[in-house]
Amino acid sequence: MTTVTETPVGVGAVRVDDMSKVFGSGGSAVTAIDGMSMHVDRGDLLAVVGASGCGKSTLLSLVAGLEEPTTGTVDTGGHKIAMMFQEAALFPWLTVSSNIEIPMRVNRVPRAERRRRVTGLLDLVHLRGMAGKRPHELSGGMRQRVALARALAQDADVLLMDEPFGALDAMTRDILHDELERIWRERNLTIVFVTHNVREAVRLGGRVVLLSSRPGRVIEEFPVEGERPRRIDSGGIAEQAASITDRLREEVSRHA
Amino acid sequence: MPETTERTGRHVRGLDALELQPGRAGDENGPARVAARVWSATWPKLAAITLLLVAWQALAWSGWRSEYVFPGPDRVLPTLLAEVTGPEFWTAVQVTVRRALTGFALALAVGVLIGLAVTRSRALRSAIGSLVTGLQTMPSIVWFPFAMLLYGITESAIMFVIVLGAAPSIATGLTSGIDHVSPSLLRAGRTMGLRGLQHYTLLIVPAALPMFVSGLKQGWAFAWRSLMAGELLVIINQQNSIGWALSQARQLNDAERLLSYVIVVLLIGVLVDVFFNWADRALRRRWGLTQD
Repeated sequence: MTTVTETPVGVGAVRVDDMSKVFGSGGSAVTAIDGMSMHVDRGDLLAVVGASGCGKSTLLSLVAGLEEPTTGTVDTGGHKIAMMFQEAALFPWLTVSSNIEIPMRVNRVPRAERRRRVTGLLDLVHLRGMAGKRPHELSGGMRQRVALARALAQDADVLLMDEPFGALDAMTRDILHDELERIWRERNLTIVFVTHNVREAVRLGGRVVLLSSRPGRVIEEFPVEGERPRRIDSGGIAEQAASITDRLREEVSRHA
Repeated sequence: MPETTERTGRHVRGLDALELQPGRAGDENGPARVAARVWSATWPKLAAITLLLVAWQALAWSGWRSEYVFPGPDRVLPTLLAEVTGPEFWTAVQVTVRRALTGFALALAVGVLIGLAVTRSRALRSAIGSLVTGLQTMPSIVWFPFAMLLYGITESAIMFVIVLGAAPSIATGLTSGIDHVSPSLLRAGRTMGLRGLQHYTLLIVPAALPMFVSGLKQGWAFAWRSLMAGELLVIINQQNSIGWALSQARQLNDAERLLSYVIVVLLIGVLVDVFFNWADRALRRRWGLTQD
């Protein structure tokens, strides 16, 4: 009996080639990203870290196709892409389940099918009992889980996350790391996870890509060791995070 | 692996239970509670009305003015009651309310069109944006002489002034509602692929609704004032209306009838205000803009 892996190694989901992004023109032009290259394989969980001004959010907007690169290319190979941000950005006038339904309404999914899938997604993020609540009745961590369910309702297989847990307390964040890892595995997702928290990057990432600031470039890529699920407070994580932090500080002091 | 999943599942549910506000439900909707809430909202109003009536009565009895010019509530309230039971009163109210609703509907249509146009076009915004705000602060009664030149002594003259008075507020409410849709919601909408009509029906319209309703409320206040001014100035073929009843009462030196119609105008204003406040509060609560 042979086992067929669902994600063949080396199949690209996102490929960024020598990409640059310049905002404005002439004397006031700002180069946000300069000659950046990276690849994300299907089924990867790639963490991207950098200090302020590394163009993390610009990178995600470019990958999502919300903006066009000035030079270079972004190839997402026809994969559907969903995004999540630091704010859950749920529609406050809608219930939890109606919020999750929005992407399906955009995609003209019939009502009965929408209902069915919302129930499944609510179960997935452990929010079954919250279907009829409004966003302001939920805690920050619950809102981010609704946002995750809403992103998954887009039928995307690539998920771009822009500091999604940045505004949460440490305990909630730890638990959401476990949850995200589980859902990533269950749903066979490809995730690009942007953060300024190096430990978080090492906790989640299969690889950690370190970016320079102003302009954003890839400095170095670190493979992460350790069996999943990792613990953010384990010694191995701390050690790997320390070496990445050193490299990051070196980069930051260049700007002094 | 399954046992880890189960364990984090328990962690998640435990944290959720701790983070949610402890349930206040149950004690919130008991009939005794509702009665207490209604009473605590009602008694200050009743007290204020009683105080006002007492002060008015005292002033009338003090002999400051003759009772024929300044009757007290002891004479006005029975007159009001007699008016309310007569058929003439109801035709007058009907005519006035019909005018108010027609005028407001027209103002709504014009206001929404202008508001939408201004948000769609930057040139139009800089061209007429401040004009709309200027119109809003202008006393609409100023327009009546011109309206009467344009339309003669007709209902159209009144409608013209109502629209000029109310439409700017409605337009402003709509544009500021649309302008203030949170950027993070717009970004979320964009990443979900909302565009075209759905961008409006699923995002812009509901997001702008609370401010739009505030604009409507203000627009109504202007419409109602314009209408009352109009009915006093533009008397059409002796047609019965609240304004006509007021000027009739003045001509016949019937202070009791005059004041009872003033009370009616006040009551209608209060009623509509209560409605708008209710709508405003319901929206804000649903949108999560207020606690409780």
